[in-house]
Parts: sequence; C-alpha cells; structure tokens
Amino acid sequence: MSNNNESIGKTFFVVIGLCLICAIFVAGSAVGLRPKQTENKLLDAQKNILVATGMLNGEDIKAQFEKHVQVRLVNLDTGDFVDQDPLTYDYRKMMKDPAGSITLDEKDDTAKIKTRANIAPVYMAYADGIETKQITAIVLPVHGYGLWSTMHGFLALDKDGNTIKGLNYYEHGETPGLGAEIQNPKWVAQFVGKKLADENGQPAIKILKPGNADPASAYQVDGLSGATITSNGVQNTFVFWSGAKGFAPFLAKVRQGALNNG
Amino acid sequence: MASAKEMKSLVFGPVFANNPIALQVLGICSALAVTTKLDKALVMGIALMLVTAFSSMFISMIRNHIPSSVRIIVQMTIIASLVIVVDQILKAYAYNVAKELSVFVGLIITNCIVMGRAEAYAMKSPPLMSFLDGIGNGLGYTVLLVIVAVVRELFGSGTLLGVEILPLVSAGGWYVPNGLLLMPPSAFFIIGLLIWALRTWRPEQQEQH
Repeated sequence: MSNNNESIGKTFFVVIGLCLICAIFVAGSAVGLRPKQTENKLLDAQKNILVATGMLNGEDIKAQFEKHVQVRLVNLDTGDFVDQDPLTYDYRKMMKDPAGSITLDEKDDTAKIKTRANIAPVYMAYADGIETKQITAIVLPVHGYGLWSTMHGFLALDKDGNTIKGLNYYEHGETPGLGAEIQNPKWVAQFVGKKLADENGQPAIKILKPGNADPASAYQVDGLSGATITSNGVQNTFVFWSGAKGFAPFLAKVRQGALNNG
Repeated sequence: MASAKEMKSLVFGPVFANNPIALQVLGICSALAVTTKLDKALVMGIALMLVTAFSSMFISMIRNHIPSSVRIIVQMTIIASLVIVVDQILKAYAYNVAKELSVFVGLIITNCIVMGRAEAYAMKSPPLMSFLDGIGNGLGYTVLLVIVAVVRELFGSGTLLGVEILPLVSAGGWYVPNGLLLMPPSAFFIIGLLIWALRTWRPEQQEQH
C-alpha cells in the first residue's frame, strides 16, 4: 500500500516473521503426527509381509499378523537364530550403524547397498496359526539399488528355503509406469514356483530380456520392458541376498532342517 | 461486505462457468497423474481445495504488508507450509492413499491454480472472499478430476472406489478393460473431450478468432 512496505527493513521483517510462523506450523505438524505415522508404517510393513506370503485375507491386519507370523532374528554370517527381542531391533537403523553392520567391498556388493546389517529379521508364516508349529513360508527382507532408488521388498520362500512363494516390493522410487512395474502383481507372479538357488546352492534366478524367459525353466524370469536398469537391480538384489553375504548361510541351515528343531 | 449472491458465484462459478482446468487449462499435470483411481482423485481434489482456500485466506490477511519485491516468495512460503501440513496429515490418517499419491501431494506447491488464485485474487481481496474463491477453484478442480477418474477407473479397471462394477474377463466376468485408460495420455483425451462438451454447452467459453 504505502511506500513504507518497500523499505529494506520492512521486507526483512515480513519475510523473517513469516518464515518463523510457518516453521512453527510445519514442525508442529511433523512432530505431533509422528506417532500416528510410525504406527501406520508398522501396519503397512505387516501387511506387505502378509501380501508376500499370499495370506492376506481382508481380516484385521494386526490380528492376522500376530496369529500367523512370528518374527525371528538371524545372524547373517553364521545363519543361526539370535536370541534377542525382535520387536526392539531396528533393522533399517542397524544397516547404517557401523556397530551393527559391515561395509561391503565392491566385489561383494552386487546389490549396491554399501553396508549390510549383521543381524536381519526373518518372518516365519504359519498358515494355520503359530500354535500349529507348521511353517508354511519364510519371508526375507531384501533390498537393492535400481535406477533411481533403493528398492525394498519382501521375498517369501516355501519351507524348503528355495522355492519362491511370492515377492512384494513395497518401497521404491522407480519411474512410474516403467520401473515401478516391479509392483505389478502380473510381473511378480512369474517368480512364484521358481527356485532361488541351483543344486550347488549358488544364486540361480536369471532375469532375462522381456520375452526370452522359458516358462518351463526353474530359474528364468522375464525382465520389464523399458526398465532394463531396474530389472538389473532386481537381478542384483537376488544375487546378493541369495549369496554368501546374504541369506545363503541361513537358507543352507533351513534346507538341512534347522526349522524342525524349533 | 459482499452480498450472498456474490459469495455463491465465487464458490460455484469455477465449477462450470470458469473451470480452472477446462477454461483456464491450469493444473493439467496433476490431473493426468492422479486420476487412475477415484479415491486418489477425491483425496487430491480435497487436498488442493484446502490448500488453495487457506493459502488464499492467509495471503489475503497479510496482503497489505507484503512487499511487492518478494511477494511471490512470501506466497510460496505460505503455500509450501500448508502443503507440508496437509501431506503430514494424509500420512497420518490416510496412509494408503498418501502412499499412492506420493510426490503429487508435494507437487501441489507448484500447481498453477494455487499460485494463480493467490496472485490474481487474494492479493487484492478481503480474507473471507479469498477463502471462498479458493474453495470454489478447488471445487472446480475436484469436479473435473472426479469426472475423469470415474471414466478411467470404470472403463480401465472395471471398478469404482475399488468396488467391482464391471466384472473383468480375467476374474470370470465379461468386461475386457481398456488398458489405455490407465495410462496418462488417456486423461488428455478425456479432458479434451470434456472441454469440447463444456464449450458446446456454453458457447460463451469459446475463444474468439
């Protein structure tokens, strides 16, 4: 209105004052709503684990998860279960924490994740309830770098520790319509029934150029058209997590019957 | 104080007579991205309506103190803060939709409708009128988004709000979904057809040559 508005003092006053007020609002909403958001994230993770096993049935997710899924912690180097409370273990945080993770050298780091936690959670799914002690699926958390982002997913295996039951990518930043098709149920369905490792226990899943995979093969899967680098990222994720620095020691014990002893 | 009639025209004028998408052709980018499903379009529409209304109101409240040399930055600061607050609320109370909308909630900041109303209307009008103007333009945006989303979700995936309407062949029904409708270009076609229909119905919206 008046010329006074245009003075340098007034300009600074308005801008700084406004920024302070806005900052209070933004910080207040972020801090105030955090507990609710954390709860949502947890619920979402539980849902994604159930999706990977194919058990999601529309019931209350929390109740279903508690009834059918047991969380265990595994030492990735030895493949043994660790006696520690899984509920207080923060896997995402430990990945980056030097005290609880190892730095991978370039040769080992096929999935380009730089560091790997020493202890990882695994999820034992019991289709008829935990009390039956009949494991129907083992869900492993996997992640690897795609084109733009680290892609986080859950890989569900049959109780033989080798046959894939499901794959569910739940967090990634790949291109919508191209790389983001890793979430497409049709694409993911190709993995069901494939074998993670060959007779010698070596990582065997092969993601080929679209249209080249032989459906009869136990290891071959079609990649995504228009998303070569994302497909390579998925391939690398499989190589790493089914390899010696990933879940191979644990899965070797599963194949020898470690789950039968409790 | 403005009359009730004027207020009414502020709220309902932008729905058909002066629709921000159909007549001014603003905010097209998000209209392409969030209209594959009706629930996404509804949440996005409501989010944009609230941001436009409140940003217009706050900007109008301090309009006499905004130095013109930094007015765009001041407007952006207010809009951006509101968008972050809306994003946080969505993440807390509508997590699944918020996840699907992902970056598009954040991109409300760059939506031309919000900036356009702030600059064109709120800078020279009183707070209440600016608020109603924001509601009106948000409503116009929402209505158009909802129409596009109904077409895309119904014929693209055979559902509305996730409820099956047309049984799909893949699920044992008779309807073969049109995959093109799930791709962004289809929204362009639908918006184009809507603009055509709207300008035939209201010839005064046609541009003069």
